Amino acid sequence: MARLRGAALPLLVLALLAAAPFLGFGAGHALTLLARGMILGIAALGLWLLVGGAGLVSLGHAAMLGIGAYAVVVLDAAGISEAAVVLPAAMGAAALFALLTGAIAIGTSGVHFIMITLAFAQMAFFTTGSLSAYGGDDGYTLYGRTTVLGARWPEDRLAFHYLCLGLLAAVLALCQVLLASRFGRVLRAAKENAERVQAVGFNPYPYRLVAYTIAGGIAGLAGLLLANATEFVAPSFLAWQRSGDLLFMVILGGLGAPHGAILGALAIVLLEEWLAGFTEHWRLIFGPLLVLAVLFLRGGLAGLPGQLRGLLRRG
Amino acid sequence: MTIQLLLVQALNGLQLGVLLFLVAAGLTLVFGVMDFINLAHGVQYMLGAYLGASLAALTGSFWWALLLALPAALAIGLLLEWLVFRHLYDRDHLSQVLATFGVILFLNQAVKAVWGTAPLQMPVPDLLSGGISLMPGLQYPVYRLAILVAGLAIALLLWLLVERTRAGALVRAGASNRPMLAALGIDTGRLFMLVFGFGAMLAGFAGVMAAPILSVEPGMGDTVLILAFVVIVIGGIGSVRGAFLAALLVGLIETLGRSLMPDLMRIFLAPAPARQAGAALASMLVYVAMAAILAFRPRGLFPARGG
Amino acid sequence: MAEPILRLERLRKRFGGLTVTDDVSLAVAPRGLHAVIGPNGAGKTTLIHQISGSLRPDAGRILFEGRDVTALPVHRRARLGLARSFQITSVLPGFSALENVALAVQARSGSSFRFCRPAAGERRLNAPAIAALEQAGLGARTHAPAGALSHGEKRQLELAIALALEPRLLLLDEPLAGTGPEEAERLIGILGALKQDHAILLVEHDMQAVFALADVISVLVYGRVIATDTPAAVRASAEVRAAYLGEDAA
Repeated sequence: MARLRGAALPLLVLALLAAAPFLGFGAGHALTLLARGMILGIAALGLWLLVGGAGLVSLGHAAMLGIGAYAVVVLDAAGISEAAVVLPAAMGAAALFALLTGAIAIGTSGVHFIMITLAFAQMAFFTTGSLSAYGGDDGYTLYGRTTVLGARWPEDRLAFHYLCLGLLAAVLALCQVLLASRFGRVLRAAKENAERVQAVGFNPYPYRLVAYTIAGGIAGLAGLLLANATEFVAPSFLAWQRSGDLLFMVILGGLGAPHGAILGALAIVLLEEWLAGFTEHWRLIFGPLLVLAVLFLRGGLAGLPGQLRGLLRRG
Repeated sequence: MTIQLLLVQALNGLQLGVLLFLVAAGLTLVFGVMDFINLAHGVQYMLGAYLGASLAALTGSFWWALLLALPAALAIGLLLEWLVFRHLYDRDHLSQVLATFGVILFLNQAVKAVWGTAPLQMPVPDLLSGGISLMPGLQYPVYRLAILVAGLAIALLLWLLVERTRAGALVRAGASNRPMLAALGIDTGRLFMLVFGFGAMLAGFAGVMAAPILSVEPGMGDTVLILAFVVIVIGGIGSVRGAFLAALLVGLIETLGRSLMPDLMRIFLAPAPARQAGAALASMLVYVAMAAILAFRPRGLFPARGG
Repeated sequence: MAEPILRLERLRKRFGGLTVTDDVSLAVAPRGLHAVIGPNGAGKTTLIHQISGSLRPDAGRILFEGRDVTALPVHRRARLGLARSFQITSVLPGFSALENVALAVQARSGSSFRFCRPAAGERRLNAPAIAALEQAGLGARTHAPAGALSHGEKRQLELAIALALEPRLLLLDEPLAGTGPEEAERLIGILGALKQDHAILLVEHDMQAVFALADVISVLVYGRVIATDTPAAVRASAEVRAAYLGEDAA
């Protein structure tokens, strides 16, 4: 019963996303916006696995996303756009970066980890900015979108919408399966009490490193999709503000369950769009909203139904 | 590369180092004493620069601008502490990162709304304009030397404050053993405010000093913030001495790397790719140094906390 | 006496100018309960930390089943069969009692780099975990979140976790600390049953419990072992009375 209720919210969200094109979100602009929300949702899910699952607060997750996007760029410049090549390249490159930087970062903890992931992300950011063959600071416009076995159906907006949705659902399922597995149990236990986990005979390090690498691969997938959605890639993909945005999505959604990350991503993408409709200085509103969300919305959006239920019961 | 040029670059590196120290000192103290990670510390530096530039335009005097910008920076710091930060001291690092990130978004945008996106200029004061001949064939701007001297003087002052005064003793006690402060019956709220305001003022001072040699623009605080993070991670969080040495180290690596790397790369590569690879490597250099140091000393060079 | 399961050879640990462990040599038999007592500040917890591996001694060796483990990290020693409980309760508050113990079973039952199958449904993990919970007297609280257990129950949960590791040696750091008289009595009963087929090294302040349970007692004063003997002999020793029991009585 509890399990069913736990699955209801994520299924509802996925169903709404599936129905969205027929509920007035079918226009080009709306679909673009939703695709962006789902893609960032995929990246946020990977980050959720780290923050909510393993207790690793990374402030450099955008670097993995950007590396996935730049893998698309490099292959595009070489004339390769086949997903069978681009997909493993994007995910592999991002996962490799995560593995190498994670090997050092995970040796540290707490605030050191936050700063080191930030520093490594800056390193990747500056590197992409100096790649003059791929546009340097100005970015790179793709010749064409990624094709699937030679077919160009992902260029269709609606097809792309459902592609993103399918991948989002798959990544969500992956996160849930991972968390429930033996591996996920060690990860969650080490988040709660690392001393206890060591005392029963586990070294948390390799588990955390594998989780970090998996999250990197997921971000690489999101990077590939984002490059396709915008047909343009720039160092700003890796900017630390984007890492902050991703972290905000995860927290706003709530750390209680992975689908919170999806809610957070959609909420923020839509909120940005909505605020930007009022004023070009929308961040003047967005910034304080973020502060207020941190101060008052402790369980995140995913925890909101529970909070409301509690309020109603008390009232 | 001539020896004169190398010396100039080394001096530039030290000068960047002292500016970084002024920002990092506040950051490391705030973290050491309150266990509070403040991303918005960089915008204090930016606000210092903006206040300095606009007050200089208003009063026509660099010195008046400096004199007025400092209390203004202090006031803004205290206001932020009162409005936002003090509600975050007992929250986890994640909440602190996010809330202070929200403050950055707001202030960066506020600066754009008030001053526009075009960079501001702040003139060098007459007293400190021009160059000075340090050795035959080596002219160096007086103002840059002044930054170096002022930064070193403040570092000395800070060291005296932390090592020789009662408030400093509390700060050191807080950095090495936080529960002790509460056990001693110290009013931690007041101590926190003091440290916070002081840190904000130092960052603001760094901003004013940097304004005449840099372009004052939105987002200028972000770059400095991240370098300051690298500094305190290398130096050991909570340690002022560590922050000082690491700041000079990072300043030197950053500056010398940018001028030397392209030349070094030419040993292996043709000129054009050498320039490109050199530039890429130079911008990565401080992060590589940080990774290398942390791989061997995960708690930095001078960890403040025992145990 | 049979070959000892744990042997400490001239263990030494200094903090600054203070010698907290001063040439401690000790042999723990493979069966029965060996208690370490001593006044506050005698260095008992420091000793436990060195045996479990969370502190490195400055000098001396720790031999576990004849093997030198002095340089091994905590998790490697745990894998060899050295299970510990903590002076300050250390459980996973967000996990159920069962999952707390199942994690321990998982540590000795196959690889944990398994990513697909839900661990909560694995009989291979749950059956031994339930058995350990029952052995520790917690059979009725299997599905309660560990954070919601009473203090005494958390103590029992720590025991169950330690038991689930099928340890060669149980290292118990003040398991009775902070428990009420009834809870203490229950725990003493459980420990009395456990010592029949386990080696236990117990650090404890509760003298009644120690003298009721121990087969051998070592007395630690200012980092030194001043006596290791049977409870009766320790009780009779003038030196021990002067150094320790005398204080206690005063």
